[in-house]
Amino acid sequence: MVTKLMNWFDDRLPLTATIERHLTKYPAPINMNIWYLAGVLLVVVLVIQLASGIWLLMNYEPTAEGAFASIQYIMRDVQYGYIIRYMHTTGASAFFALIFLHMFRGMMYGSYQKPRELLWVLGWITYLLLCMLGFTGYVLPWGQMSFWAAQVIMSLFGSIPYIGEDLLTWIRGDYLISGITLTRLFAFHVVLLPLALIAVVFVHILALHEVGSNNPDGVDVKKFKDEDGVPLDTKPFFPYDITHDLYAIGVFLIFFVAIMFFYPDGGGYVIEYVNYEAADNLKTPEHIVPSWYYTPYYAMLRAITFPVLGLSAKFLGFVVMAAGIAIFVALPWLDRSPVKSIKYKGFYSKFFLTLFVISFFVLGYLGSVASTPLGTLLAQFFTVTYFSYFLLMPIYTKYETCKPVPDRIQLS
Amino acid sequence: MQPKSPPNPGRRKFLIGATSAVGAVGIAGAAVPFISAFHPSAAAEAAGAPAVADISRLSPGEMIIVEWRGTPIYVVKHSEESIDKIDMNLERLADPDSEIEAQPIYAKNKYRSRKVGISVLSAVCTHLGCAPKYYPQLGVVDFDSEWQGGFFCPCHGSKFDLAGRVYAGVPAPDNLTVPPHYFKSDDILVIGEDGELV
Repeated sequence: MVTKLMNWFDDRLPLTATIERHLTKYPAPINMNIWYLAGVLLVVVLVIQLASGIWLLMNYEPTAEGAFASIQYIMRDVQYGYIIRYMHTTGASAFFALIFLHMFRGMMYGSYQKPRELLWVLGWITYLLLCMLGFTGYVLPWGQMSFWAAQVIMSLFGSIPYIGEDLLTWIRGDYLISGITLTRLFAFHVVLLPLALIAVVFVHILALHEVGSNNPDGVDVKKFKDEDGVPLDTKPFFPYDITHDLYAIGVFLIFFVAIMFFYPDGGGYVIEYVNYEAADNLKTPEHIVPSWYYTPYYAMLRAITFPVLGLSAKFLGFVVMAAGIAIFVALPWLDRSPVKSIKYKGFYSKFFLTLFVISFFVLGYLGSVASTPLGTLLAQFFTVTYFSYFLLMPIYTKYETCKPVPDRIQLS
Repeated sequence: MQPKSPPNPGRRKFLIGATSAVGAVGIAGAAVPFISAFHPSAAAEAAGAPAVADISRLSPGEMIIVEWRGTPIYVVKHSEESIDKIDMNLERLADPDSEIEAQPIYAKNKYRSRKVGISVLSAVCTHLGCAPKYYPQLGVVDFDSEWQGGFFCPCHGSKFDLAGRVYAGVPAPDNLTVPPHYFKSDDILVIGEDGELV
């Protein structure tokens, strides 16, 4: 009966072939480790965000007058509305935590190197889309932090020489952040950006299944294949990977719901306390701070306090911040190393990757606290070290001595 | 059976080019409403009309906040003492002579005001748009040991003097903007229009 049904479909759609190619028979390297779970968990979070987002949309009102009250309505009056909202806010933070881990995995094991450059670029686009989704979504509750974060971030465009002011008015659709701005960000957040995200994630996975997964050794598993053309050092996704993925999803969801149920504010990091106050365009909060996942870049923005060549400090801060996010895309072309994985790379690669991680965390901390002269100085220093990982990469990867990479995956 | 190559390739090329060109014009035309819809609507433009404030009850050292185009405008009446001290810390300012056009021509003076003693300043920090706070007191304050009175932005620590002139070495690049304004009478201030230029 089932076979007959499948046959009926297969005559009209490549159903079995697609399921086998992309799911059940997908060859995964045998030495994949815990870092490889972030990808599948990201897909889980995407589904959580889509579901909770659609349900929030049923009760949210995208107007300057009604937005804040409609969030309170969801929190208090809609049955289980608070769970749905907390699911969405926790999901947003989880999205970023996981994509950072996912990107770090790629940096560690050289997963951006040939032939996975396009895969990396597609992943970078999803990161950009997430940043935009995070920002636009953050504005929607129309609390104090929503409003002033929008004010700060959008005014960055006003710093562009010559066209800035007009561009800013065009983006806002008003002479200030207003309900007009809110509705357009709403349209982006619920339609344009999710559509784009789903499309790019889909292509990202297609590209992954074309070139195959990298692995912690950075060994090309396609060099040795059995008589059926299946790489020797791989195992089929079903049942081997799906089982440990399901286990990981279970563990992940325990942490996820723990935050969702018991610490939905995340100590002010997941939901900032200032945002419990409705937006007031005449009163700036004492201390404007972005969501935790933007703080490293916010610290870079604040680190630039001096004009260069007639360009204002504000504009340069904007440029440095944007460059901090954009520079990831260049990784495949900055890395000149003959080996992929950090395991076989030389001392300098390890040193600079460690320095990058430290810089990222210190900047993240500095961006979350009020600025002090010492903080600014530290932020300037760590902005330099952050970029040194990327900009010096063509040099240190070219001249360092690497360890020999084995032909096949060695399981110890 | 399909022909191997299209007959008359020159004509094909022309037709493809012409079709593409017409298509491109069509797309450019269709983009107009989409781009224009992003501009402020007629209602938003109307809401940007001038604001009127009565400053008769403002005593020296006091400040009122007037809303114009949804942004706060600070109207400060300075005391005689602070007017006398306006040149006290010129060396700490980035643009003491208001070289950058952040004010109408009638406010391009050391007081940055149309009428000496009344400052009209847009309370939008030129760094990232927070509202700087008014600190009229002199001497030691939390963020400065030789404070001459002025505005301090709590977001990123930018400082401005009482005339809205930015200090050097702070994140904000420019002096606070002076919006267009005029005095309809001694006590009635209109913000958003230049009035009669003299």
